[in-house]
Amino acid sequence: MKTQYSDAFSEGRTRNFEESARESLADSQLRNNLGKATRTIRRKRAIAVEEMPDWEQLREAGRALKSRVVRHLDEYLLQLEESVTRAGGQVHWARDAEEANRIIAEIARSHDAREVVKVKSIATDETKLNEYLEREGIEAFETDLAELIIQLAEETSSHILVPAIHKNRSEIRELFMDKLGLKDLSDDPPDLTNVARLYLREKFLNAKVGISGANFAVAETGTVCVVESEGNGRMCTTLPPVLVTLMGIEKIIPTWQDYEVFMQLLPRSSTAERMNPYTTFWTGVSEGDGPREFHLVLMDNGRTEVLADEIGRQTLACIRCSACLNVCPVYERTGGHAYNSVYPGPIGAILTPQLVGIGKRGSDSLPYASSLCGACYEVCPVKINIPEVLIHLRGRVVRHKQDEGGIKGKLDPENVAMQAMAKTFSDPRLYEGAQRAARIGQWPLARSGAIHRLPGRLAGWTDARDLKPVPQQTFREWWRSRNGSETGTRSRSGAGS
Amino acid sequence: MAVQERFGNRYEEPFGSRLVTSAKEEILHRIRRATHDVPKSEHPEDVPVERGYREQDNDPHAEIVARFAERAAEYEATVHRVSETDLPGAIAEACERRGIQTLVIPSGLPDTWVPDIVEALRDSVRMRLSNEELDKSDGVLTGCALGISQTGTIVLDAGEGQGRRALTLLPDYHLCVVREDQVVGLVPEAFTKLAETVKSEGRAITFISGPSATSDIELNRVEGVHGPRTLEVLIVG
Repeated sequence: MKTQYSDAFSEGRTRNFEESARESLADSQLRNNLGKATRTIRRKRAIAVEEMPDWEQLREAGRALKSRVVRHLDEYLLQLEESVTRAGGQVHWARDAEEANRIIAEIARSHDAREVVKVKSIATDETKLNEYLEREGIEAFETDLAELIIQLAEETSSHILVPAIHKNRSEIRELFMDKLGLKDLSDDPPDLTNVARLYLREKFLNAKVGISGANFAVAETGTVCVVESEGNGRMCTTLPPVLVTLMGIEKIIPTWQDYEVFMQLLPRSSTAERMNPYTTFWTGVSEGDGPREFHLVLMDNGRTEVLADEIGRQTLACIRCSACLNVCPVYERTGGHAYNSVYPGPIGAILTPQLVGIGKRGSDSLPYASSLCGACYEVCPVKINIPEVLIHLRGRVVRHKQDEGGIKGKLDPENVAMQAMAKTFSDPRLYEGAQRAARIGQWPLARSGAIHRLPGRLAGWTDARDLKPVPQQTFREWWRSRNGSETGTRSRSGAGS
Repeated sequence: MAVQERFGNRYEEPFGSRLVTSAKEEILHRIRRATHDVPKSEHPEDVPVERGYREQDNDPHAEIVARFAERAAEYEATVHRVSETDLPGAIAEACERRGIQTLVIPSGLPDTWVPDIVEALRDSVRMRLSNEELDKSDGVLTGCALGISQTGTIVLDAGEGQGRRALTLLPDYHLCVVREDQVVGLVPEAFTKLAETVKSEGRAITFISGPSATSDIELNRVEGVHGPRTLEVLIVG
């Protein structure tokens, strides 16, 4: 099939989760920072949600509205285009990341912009916009404090909401002193924050083009919004004369009034606040207020592939709050980088493989990066059943291996073993035979009531856990030995009468 | 891929014969192919949306206002409650306390609010202050469109006495006057009240809940990253 995405997930194709997770787990500083952060946000979120007597009703409304949107996405996109155009904005359509980047670069170039200011946007991380612009001779400045830290450190984000969650204050202090040429700086967060304020203020005042993502866009009115804390979003969407907003086609909500649902769900789920410090809602261009030119880029980049899967489709309801990351026992230990994608955590584990397509070594491993505990589903403000999608995707990965692998796939040891197991488990005689065989086979392995290490290819299972040996007598054997003939006679006679 | 295997052959390719397809046409086509399970007769409104959540706060208005004051203060905003007659004095006092010398004044703000002790930098459609002037000013004084009690949020809609967005963004100090009758209870009430402004005039709306803040460094909350570092609210009634 034709490639619809650029290289946004290229790392994800070659490295799998297990390999990357092992590296992250070995970094004790990272585990320490992450553990502290996720515990704090988890506790705060629970308090913010507890305060709401109608939280479940809001979640249900959020889920339903998003379902309405994805089932009729074509109509809503056309309505959004019309509303934005009527309000003085310009709408562009991008099939993939490459096309989105090209559109944005062309707009910047047409205004002779050598520098652009950006507000945190995962959509632009997905398209690797900054690298693209750099190749085109345009420098992109990240203005979110954490994004600035990441950009200066030449790293990638590890959390949707707090991308620099893996860095502590002394690491940030050293980074600022080194990259911004500062001689004297404490590691006090207010001092570090002030450095960013001064450094970026000048950028905001001089930029010709601002670039943002979008949290939501209303089909009915064309009103786009950016939900934020620091004020860099307000700066980027207000000060530069030209504003370009990149959004995935799934970010639509039907009407202005529907904001009442999502503006309650998002802040409490995301930063555990009743409301985030700043939200800007703009409708096209306003005479004498803010940018003179507004461009909205609607990007597919694999989203229609997600839409085509009737179970996977619910993933598109995601409002990028990151609540699922903070409750995930896997994420808490491995951090975001192990997912090799701009979308980490449980949501990333279902979104990434669908966006890039099943059949890539790296992203195929992601649906397995879960213990299926279901905590993510519990906290999801739009009720995405992440465990359901995880299991569904595991099935797709396996079927893909069987279908695409040809004879090699058929003879894959895991596949052969599973086929044999399926056969054994569906036939009582084979099953009992296997139990007897296992009882004989296990005797050199079973030590003091447990198997600590399986041989050969099975060793992976006992790497991190013990296995209970097959008991010397099964329940069925016990039942038969106790009153076998008696029961057998009775049931036979019962059937005959 | 699974999608094409499942209905690649059965589905008509309306653009398949053309060599060049616009991105818009292709995306819409992909969406229609992907949602072919949705019955043709289904309209968006047919997808049920149950709005079982609270839409209005029925508490007495005095309680709603008190909650607004309390919650705005929880965001580290300084909140005072004053009477109509004491308002000019309270504004002057706030400016004096902060050592404000130049104060940005949006058009449409009542003249009686502007204290004598400061130099008023007036912004209007004809005489726009430059971004540099705004950046160098000591603060800005505005009214607002709404206050939301449930969340302690101030809503600006770029209307009279509030001015364009840059005015409340570049100065380091924002003094905002909220009339008691502007305070609504719940978030849905605010969106209902703002609908007219958005639909007929398309003005930009800004929600402000406390001063600019970040928790990006070890999740420590730090006030004042890019917006005004100090937010002061005067509730008048």
